Amino acid sequence: MAEQKRERSSSDRRRDETERGDVAPATADAELTERIDDLLEEIDSVLEENAEEFVKNYVQKGGE
Amino acid sequence: MTAGRVMGTETEFGITILNQRGFNPVAASTAVVNGYADRRSRIRWSYDEESPGSDMRGIDVEREGDFDLDTGLVNTVLTNGARLYVDHAHPEYSTPETTDPLAAALYDKAGETVMVTAIGAAQRLLGTDERMVVHKNNSDGKGNSYGAHENYLIARATPFREIVRHLTPFFISRQVFTGSGKVGAENGRPGVGYQITQRADFFEEEVGLETTLKRPIINTRDEPHADPGKFRRLHVIIGDATLNEVQTFLKLGTTALVLAAIESGDLPDPVTLDDPVREVWSVSHDPTLRHRLATSDGRKLTALDLQWSIFEGVDRFTRSTGSSTVWIRVLDEWERILTDLERDPASTSDRLDWTAKLRLLDAYRDRDHLGWDSGKLRLLDLQYHDVDPGRSLYRRLVDRGDVRRLFTDAEVEAAVSDPPIDTRAYFRGACVARYREALVAANWDSLIFDVGEETLKRVPMMNPLRGTRRHVGELLDGSPDAATMIRALGGNDG
Repeated sequence: MAEQKRERSSSDRRRDETERGDVAPATADAELTERIDDLLEEIDSVLEENAEEFVKNYVQKGGE
Repeated sequence: MTAGRVMGTETEFGITILNQRGFNPVAASTAVVNGYADRRSRIRWSYDEESPGSDMRGIDVEREGDFDLDTGLVNTVLTNGARLYVDHAHPEYSTPETTDPLAAALYDKAGETVMVTAIGAAQRLLGTDERMVVHKNNSDGKGNSYGAHENYLIARATPFREIVRHLTPFFISRQVFTGSGKVGAENGRPGVGYQITQRADFFEEEVGLETTLKRPIINTRDEPHADPGKFRRLHVIIGDATLNEVQTFLKLGTTALVLAAIESGDLPDPVTLDDPVREVWSVSHDPTLRHRLATSDGRKLTALDLQWSIFEGVDRFTRSTGSSTVWIRVLDEWERILTDLERDPASTSDRLDWTAKLRLLDAYRDRDHLGWDSGKLRLLDLQYHDVDPGRSLYRRLVDRGDVRRLFTDAEVEAAVSDPPIDTRAYFRGACVARYREALVAANWDSLIFDVGEETLKRVPMMNPLRGTRRHVGELLDGSPDAATMIRALGGNDG
């Protein structure tokens, strides 16, 4: 079973790589970092202002 | 399994109002529900005894008219067949009944849009500084949890002990793809930086009826809202509210497939765990997925090992029964998520909330040198689930194309107004849309009309697969008002 599992993993990995297309690792890393920096900046601009305060006051009643 | 499986979800949303003195969550939830439902058209929920009625055509009319209508509870029924109401101190949305996990995931997603509209209306009643914030999450991080439940109609004939035996290891191990992620631990569990699920910390029993304390892995609540001789409703409380559409599809689809395989009796014997409750926590507390669960026959298996063995049994069964496309799609997504989680959990951040959130939190930890106890990380954790599209961090990821979707915004909008066509939700939703004025009350298995006669008219809908568009579409199209529709139903008696 373990072997069968591993086969499945590697065939899927191949399938994934073909679909996504390979990018040279160094370029991909730099692009990724840039993308994440962008993302964090975007999130910074929508984040609630006072984190500690918001979290402290966030109290819910149990439900269900 | 070529036939569908009747299923749906219920979601309790977290609610708060910023800058409001004496904030009252019940009042706020009431404002949300009333905000969505135009007051004039508020439809009550009825708790009268279910009566099997004559279900040959799916629906029929009873002539008696004394019904137990609840007037205290804030409730409305939507044109898509869903229920929106106040449960305890939360607004809650229950999807209409659907017959496959794709439709169920779509109506689950539509609930978020319903909530956004409702908040917009409720917000108009607030002071200028006050702002209502609603989260599709399951915990406040301080030991209070609220639910995201799944419901599946299952055959009464299947012995309940078989369900418990197979579902226990499945539910514990499926956490690796059903969690929406949480910073920290609560409810007295050992400290942890980040864990896979919002809910694991709150589970304390293996099997039981409770949902608000001593929560069990397998919940025994059994109101089928259908013929109780044939069906039971499996009420699943051990899951997180999920935003990612692929994840919701996976959660519902894999569970439905496992249930079909259990009903068939075709699954190999499941693994028995030494300490299931403790394993719920341990699996959730290990985002590396390396934790090994102790089995009663002395083995040590990871959650992914358990998932692979269940997958293989279910895959064999499902493919051998000539299943329709949607179920094959579940198998494909299931196989792929297990493969990717095994290779690198981070590679699933396009499909799972817990890995998407972890990716964000790790980036913040890295950039701002934050420890797991930082308020900012906890805020990010919460705001990931904010239903306001302008503030939702999940939505930021969608807009950047970092998240896979199953539905377009237009499809979600359509699901906000239109019911599924293949269950009784069609009749319910269509009646709300067409005969709102005459519809006095509703519940899952009946509608009650006032058509200006001496008594109210109750239309029972005990079979969830009747009252579909195929059954009643023509009848509804030919009935300009409720009285005509009721007459047409009665006239077709027998």
